Amino acid sequence: MAQITYVEAIRGALEEEMRRDDRVLVMGEDVGAKGGVFGATAGLFAEFGEERVIDTPLAEAAIVGVSIGCALAGLRPVAEIQFLDFIPPAMDQIINEAAKIRYRSNGDWSCPMVIRAPCGGGVHVHGALYHSQSLEALFAHVPGLKVVIPSTPADAKGLLLSAIRDPDPVCFFEHKALYRSLRDEVPEGEHLVPIGKSRVAREGTDLSCITYGATVHEALAAAERLGQDGIEVEVLDLRTVRPLDREAIIATARKTGKVLVCHEANLAVGVGAEVAAIVAEECFQQLDAPVMRLGGPEVPAIPFAEPLAEVYCLGPEKIEAKLRQLAAY
Amino acid sequence: MAVSESAPAIAADLTQDQLRSMYRDMVLGRLLDERILVLNRQGRAPFAISGQGHEAAQVGVGYALRRGHDWLVPYYRDLTLVMVMGMEPRDHLMASLGRALDPNSGARQMPGHYGSRAHNIVTTGSPVATQILHAVGVATAFKYRGEDKVVVTSVGEGGTSEGDWHEGLNWAAVHRLPVIFLVENNSYAISVPQSRQMAVAHVADRGPGYGMPSATVDGGDCLAVYAAALEAVERARRGDGPTLLEAVCMRLQSHSSDDDQRRYRSPDDLAQMREHDPLERFRRQLEGVGVLAEGDADTIRKDCQRVIEAAQAEADAAAPPDPATALRHVYQEG
Repeated sequence: MAQITYVEAIRGALEEEMRRDDRVLVMGEDVGAKGGVFGATAGLFAEFGEERVIDTPLAEAAIVGVSIGCALAGLRPVAEIQFLDFIPPAMDQIINEAAKIRYRSNGDWSCPMVIRAPCGGGVHVHGALYHSQSLEALFAHVPGLKVVIPSTPADAKGLLLSAIRDPDPVCFFEHKALYRSLRDEVPEGEHLVPIGKSRVAREGTDLSCITYGATVHEALAAAERLGQDGIEVEVLDLRTVRPLDREAIIATARKTGKVLVCHEANLAVGVGAEVAAIVAEECFQQLDAPVMRLGGPEVPAIPFAEPLAEVYCLGPEKIEAKLRQLAAY
Repeated sequence: MAVSESAPAIAADLTQDQLRSMYRDMVLGRLLDERILVLNRQGRAPFAISGQGHEAAQVGVGYALRRGHDWLVPYYRDLTLVMVMGMEPRDHLMASLGRALDPNSGARQMPGHYGSRAHNIVTTGSPVATQILHAVGVATAFKYRGEDKVVVTSVGEGGTSEGDWHEGLNWAAVHRLPVIFLVENNSYAISVPQSRQMAVAHVADRGPGYGMPSATVDGGDCLAVYAAALEAVERARRGDGPTLLEAVCMRLQSHSSDDDQRRYRSPDDLAQMREHDPLERFRRQLEGVGVLAEGDADTIRKDCQRVIEAAQAEADAAAPPDPATALRHVYQEG
């Protein structure tokens, strides 16, 4: 098995799927000759040409809206929004159009498409307010959409293949801090990871840490530190935030009786609130502590300068502290 | 017989049968539209949106398309156009009365939100001008697969103020896509007149800004619209890209059943508009060249009335949707 990075896994999935299925095409800003600002489409333009790897005008609503039209006419478009921060102009197309096409036509029409976007920031990303946001909760609120946020190179490939083959619109958010920081084994060829199924990233019996995306790795580092003190933390990587893997959330909560939910996105009205509600509704009798949450503070986004960014970001230390607080409850 | 079937001078490529059929489609659209408004006033149809005054433009464009081959991404005033594409009066009465057999949406959407895969009519929602981008995507698929299909998408002149409209025209021109942007300009976006919507006299004035051929045509003149639409369709079909086609229409009724245009339009304005009703214009035109004989228009009207009566009887008897289906079709089932 090849050891490749997260962004190479994305690129490889696109390449394999485009070779397999000529209905698949890619469109976005700079996805052509440049291969995308992060290189996620590198080489595709040379192999598949400008009709399948479309350098679009600088117009996010159009990237999504034209992709919807392609999907309605039988293609399998993969739209790239250069940064998730710039997706708001396309929200009308995503929420009012893509998400509602099947329902509003009573099943007559469908909209199989993928919207890829790099998300997230961090102390070392220096993306500041407009190149670092984690906006997944906006999409996770909307019936008709699926929202996938892979945390490993293997999942990036396997979930992207599943997303492209999915019969409904999938938002596929890639944490940019993972693009080149991770190198891992990724199965070659058909490697499908089902949408809506989480993954136990670390087994544990004392506490559950439920998370997704880049925060999975911070939670794993924190869990290792608690493990040195004999506190075994189970880390659940959600992989998909709509639909949530309710069974797995309930299973880990019942197993440990203590749950911390954490994510980089702003805490209030976030994905963590929904996870906490599921645990509260389904596992009340098995809980040994209140469900705790950790997420972005009440500021709009991650600031540029490192000392300011550190205030926003989680990191293993903050997660470790919260886990110890939960363990001591 | 050969003489009577030859085309009259008014439209070289249309047979007399086609011209009569065009007139009939306009009448059918008008009478159905009137019936739906009556149902609304009776309290039976909770919402209605009228296309009265747009029939000539819609029939002109519809007849320039190959039915069952080309596609339409419509907007809410296209009652007559979607019937030219193959939908039936019963379909719309089912929608107006909220019946399960509404083919657009199974009575999930308000009436006037057209869509039918069987007729190549793309599903539409309520946001204005979002459909423009869908048509560009449909045209992208046609071009990518090397098909000789074209797609028409329509919008009012108010919709041309939206960003999606601009983004769509720009993109289609850059990629020379087989799409026709039909603007049914009836001078009002609900109550806001064109002069508060744009600083140009004609929507088509913007064509050169996109690097796209454009034309303004009298939307009350069915054959003029047909000729302009045919030129645009042929251009698209031979791979020479999109066209912006503006049809200057009149809005005989208020924006919707929840609006009253007497509050913002003068009585003179409304009266003058009625004098130029496109149905009467086309009738006189066809009678003038002998395509319609004396009494033909009455016969056509009565025939359309019968069709609508039968359709309403069907819709009256049809069942409302089963509440158990309200949660279906959010995602693919099974």
